Amino acid sequence: MSKTDKKSKRISRRKFLVRGGLGTIGVLALGTYIFRNPMRRGILEMAETMVPPYSGKGTEPNLWFEITSENNLVLHSSKVEMGQGTFTGFAQIVADELDMDISQIIVKAAETSRGIVDGMSTGGSLSVASLWIPLREMAATMREMIKIKAAGQLGVDISALTTADGVVTAGDKTVTYAEVASKVEEWEVPKTPELRPMKDYKFIGKPIPRIDLEAKVMGDPIFGMDAEMEDMLHAAVIRPEHIGATMKSADTSEAEKMPGVIKIVKKDNWVGVIANSYPEALAAKRKIRVDWDVPRIWTEEEIREMLTVGKGDKMITQKQGEALVVEDENVISMEFSSPLGAHAQIEPNGAVAHVKDGKATIIISTQVIGVTQKQVAKALGLKLEDVNVICTYLGGGFGRRLNTSHAVQAAEMSIEVGKPVKYFFTRKEEFQHDTFRPPTHHIMRGKLDEQGNLESLEHHYASGDVAINSVIMPPIMSTVLGTDFGAMRGGNIMYRKVANHRAIQWHTTLPFATSWWRSLGLLANTFAIESFIDEMALTAGKNPVDFRLAMLDDDSYGARTKKVIELAAEKANYSDKAEGNRAMGFAASIDAGAPCAQVVEVTVENNEIKVHKVVCAFDCGIAVNPDQVIAQCEGSIIMGISGSMHEKMTIKDGQLTPTIYGPYDMALMRNTPKEIEVHLIQGADVPLPVGEPPLGPIGAAIGNAVRRITGKRLTDLPMILG
Amino acid sequence: MKISFNINGAPQSVDVDGQTPLLWVVRDILDLKGTKFGCGKAACGACTLHVNGEAVRSCSYAVKYAAGKEVTTIEGLSSGENMHPVQQAWIEEIVPQCGYCQPGFMMATAALLNKIPNPTDEDIDNNIVNICRCATYYRMRKAIHRAAEINNTTS
Repeated sequence: MSKTDKKSKRISRRKFLVRGGLGTIGVLALGTYIFRNPMRRGILEMAETMVPPYSGKGTEPNLWFEITSENNLVLHSSKVEMGQGTFTGFAQIVADELDMDISQIIVKAAETSRGIVDGMSTGGSLSVASLWIPLREMAATMREMIKIKAAGQLGVDISALTTADGVVTAGDKTVTYAEVASKVEEWEVPKTPELRPMKDYKFIGKPIPRIDLEAKVMGDPIFGMDAEMEDMLHAAVIRPEHIGATMKSADTSEAEKMPGVIKIVKKDNWVGVIANSYPEALAAKRKIRVDWDVPRIWTEEEIREMLTVGKGDKMITQKQGEALVVEDENVISMEFSSPLGAHAQIEPNGAVAHVKDGKATIIISTQVIGVTQKQVAKALGLKLEDVNVICTYLGGGFGRRLNTSHAVQAAEMSIEVGKPVKYFFTRKEEFQHDTFRPPTHHIMRGKLDEQGNLESLEHHYASGDVAINSVIMPPIMSTVLGTDFGAMRGGNIMYRKVANHRAIQWHTTLPFATSWWRSLGLLANTFAIESFIDEMALTAGKNPVDFRLAMLDDDSYGARTKKVIELAAEKANYSDKAEGNRAMGFAASIDAGAPCAQVVEVTVENNEIKVHKVVCAFDCGIAVNPDQVIAQCEGSIIMGISGSMHEKMTIKDGQLTPTIYGPYDMALMRNTPKEIEVHLIQGADVPLPVGEPPLGPIGAAIGNAVRRITGKRLTDLPMILG
Repeated sequence: MKISFNINGAPQSVDVDGQTPLLWVVRDILDLKGTKFGCGKAACGACTLHVNGEAVRSCSYAVKYAAGKEVTTIEGLSSGENMHPVQQAWIEEIVPQCGYCQPGFMMATAALLNKIPNPTDEDIDNNIVNICRCATYYRMRKAIHRAAEINNTTS
């Protein structure tokens, strides 16, 4: 993987060359997709099975690392921290190859002005996976650069040097990295060193505490919402409440008289109030009368109708063997659905913007630093390099912060007053102007042979936009692919031994934005497929674990999936028999190359479904921080319970509703299983994505348990009895 | 109007409209950013702080009601060098993910432990009703029990 760099380059003091071998990491063997167009096949194979490399700006020298005079190291990260623990993983990686203590590593999201702008966004659970090799190579290269200079400064041969805790030692002489760096005029860049074997790492692979733990427990002001600039004003914005509404006119005369109001800004489809304080801006906003043009009152039924299998753009995303003949009386068919879902992250979207003398500074919680920079530059007619985006810690991401049009609004308001302006969404705006998880509709079809094995299995599924029309995807993508590969996540059949299997996607763009929601199509697709598999096992009179194992291939993909299935069943002591009102439910999925199986223990009492215990087996490859991988599993499981048993947005009188927590029902402490047991397997020699794959099985596992207790198959999310 | 209260043990006066939510006084005037805005409707609990030791959702609590009272925020939960047992337990159990809602949960927990020093799971379910989107509830429950334990051994 290492690359050779023979050239020496000029690098300024205390900054370091980074020259990553930006290699791709192939994860898994490919499926049996058949597409009309080989280019589609190529792109979709990559989307399904490859961890894309770091592909942004800033692979050139000396951008990533800085040594401070206190002998700490600042890593300017191309990825952001939204709770997934990436900064901690990066700190572990850097500490190990740089021979520093973890306490010496500080991680910050790189400001765009630094020159590191990630082309890939932070998402898809890919941060640690995509930088696993480049970041170690950069750190190792830097360690050697320090040693070269230390050898010169100490007057000894480089081979006589050892490094530990940020200190270079030669016999009885020691010098800190900071001391070495302070005397360097020009760095010499060696060949990228060999990376160390895993067994030599002190931090990688260990469950060390998160590096942001104390700041988060003490309540430090680290989030976008906490950001301020000197002489800053506060803003509130009026947006349409009806789907598709546009502003005809706005009467702001009353609002202008309100205390603290500095200026009211009217734009194409919104009005902004800028005031001395947020409560004043909000109070004035309530006095504005807007006349909206509402061309159409959308209904829930119309949206549902649009997302029905058989409507929209059709694309076969998987095809093996023959299609089922629907009229065949031995074909079993079931329908499933999932509702519109909100991100509901607790930190509202917002930004602090200051535009002055043709330059803009934006402080924001964003998953797309580069896109935010481009959007602001384009909207304001500025050069890209004149827009500096500073990303804070994110108060949750989940895909919501892949769209940051509010940064443009904050910047436009700043221009109007010539001062910094802070603007953030109210909770109602969050719920009505989310970029929702689209509703889905699924038809599963299967046919058993005489031995009770599936000979045919089909998944037909309809979804709104996930990847299509997203600002992080080139517009050409949907044309090229003819499918939405975000909606496709988890949509293909993993049981490849079934002789005839296929998956067919139907795609329709809805009249409001739908987009990335943690795990994309995985939650709904796995719910449909794994519920149906359970039903087939019941019909065949087979144990659902054995039934699944028999349909998996022996290649790496199948073998690794079998392993998690076997481990989960064994650790949970799985039984497919209900005892009174209590039963276990089983389900599995493979997402982004990371297989996961879950067993739940459920009771049903007075139609109330309660999840008591979840056993999760997950093959995450190398766990850079096993504790944080487990934390991601726990979080995914509970968010999955929330998504599959509680959450639902609907359309009423042309508006998206509910607009507040509570009515938007979510899992709380009382809905959390008392026991969650996570068992990790390392089935690959690289770290795999971990933030989303464990969201797959949970919904189906719960439904499968309920089926065994009540005899009733729940086919619609959220699952509610009675 | 001028309103005086104690914040984290120190006297403080502010001159604002008495209806202003305490949250914005604490965050934007007193510059204590640990208390978070989540929903503005007392529905999520991110803005939880203590008024006279009681957990209060400060986004929906007019500042005038705090007059003459003791307000404690996450920044004042630990006193002096000693970390509050709830914060200590939160660190031991490595609870936070994104971290945004955590101060509200810790303040709600500290108030709960004042009333019920050894809460059962049911007590926790009934009293800790804030929202965490990262869904760190599983570790929070462990941390709440752990905080009770620390309290028992130190008091």
